[in-house]
Amino acid sequence: MPKRIIAGIQKVGHRTIEGIRRLGHATLFFLLVLLKSGTSLRRFNLVVRELYYVGVLSLIIIVVSGLFVGMVLGLQGYETLQKYGSESAVGTLVALSLVRELGPVVAALLFASRAGSAITAEIGLMKATEQLSAMGMMAVDPVARVVAPRFWAGVISMPLLAAIFSVMGIFGGYLVAVVFIGVDAGSFWSQMQSNVDFRIDILNGFIKSCFFGVAVTAIAVFEGYDSPPTAEGVSGATTRTVVTSSLVILGLDFILTAFMFRGL
Amino acid sequence: MQRATLDLWVGLFVLAGIGALMILSLKVGNLDTYNGSGTYVIKGNFENIGGLKIRAPVKSSGVVVGRVADIQFSTKTYDAIVTMNIEQRYQFPKDTFASILTSGLLGEQYIGLDAGGDEAMLKEGDTIMKTNSAMVLEEMIGRFLFDKASEDDAF
Repeated sequence: MPKRIIAGIQKVGHRTIEGIRRLGHATLFFLLVLLKSGTSLRRFNLVVRELYYVGVLSLIIIVVSGLFVGMVLGLQGYETLQKYGSESAVGTLVALSLVRELGPVVAALLFASRAGSAITAEIGLMKATEQLSAMGMMAVDPVARVVAPRFWAGVISMPLLAAIFSVMGIFGGYLVAVVFIGVDAGSFWSQMQSNVDFRIDILNGFIKSCFFGVAVTAIAVFEGYDSPPTAEGVSGATTRTVVTSSLVILGLDFILTAFMFRGL
Repeated sequence: MQRATLDLWVGLFVLAGIGALMILSLKVGNLDTYNGSGTYVIKGNFENIGGLKIRAPVKSSGVVVGRVADIQFSTKTYDAIVTMNIEQRYQFPKDTFASILTSGLLGEQYIGLDAGGDEAMLKEGDTIMKTNSAMVLEEMIGRFLFDKASEDDAF
């Protein structure tokens, strides 16, 4: 009996050490990517190619989701606000919730599942089919040639996608509240403008989306590069990318919100 | 994929993103009220500011002329010192009257400026002498009840 208890404790210890080892490994890898990103910034074509796969191909899902999230916000906000006779505040409600929270967070969650998983799967498969080792043989550094361009493409795309998401959401809210329901267009926009501050709301939302972009792509490239070179390993790494980055986004969002909007 | 097509799509994507940021800052936010003309600071002591908040608008005849920059409590005079940033292009006489008003029945509170007739204008750092506190509903009801009671006593 004591043997099984000891074995259980050993298992916990092993998992903890393994987790910390992976965290350290990920941090070192992140620093390595930053260190070797000089090449990809000098040969910017590499980044442009990845921007197409990471950013442009994510546009459809971002635009459609943003539109529908904004429409639902407009509908629900109107339902509640008209009870208090202040339905013209629906513009403020839609804009503030999108710019501060929903835009960066939902766009980052979609980005993690649309682009993050693709990055992990691609790098993982390159590793499994020994393309990365072949590059190394040809004296091409795979971190500089494969990983860094994908990382920078993700970091650049994320804030742009979040901004597009917010704008589409506000347009969706406008469509439902003003065009379908008939809230006054003038008060919709003017109330929004007087309550949304550039520095406090929009700039902080933008900073948030930059943080999310770095976090999601860093996790995605690390999981791909670190995945076991088997079919099972790549699929596990892809799943881990989506799960870990979603959790990191939500946790990071809480911390950033606590710093940015505390005392307001 | 052709290099040119790829560049075109990425260019469109980046432009759309920057355009979205521009729309957010100009159409949704209030970046256009941060104009380059600069602001000057004036202060006012209010007995009671009610629910006035930092960033609340300062209006004159309903036009936004500035914003509340800071609110502090003075332990010397035991009242609230409200610091306002007023746009440089709006100059007010020295005897301007500042009062805390409410937009609508339940709306936000703002500072209303009523220009006086003085020749001299308010300068950077000046303090408005004539202020009117916010209306606090409880005090108003209390006063009303008190008046009603004293009215009844007369008969």
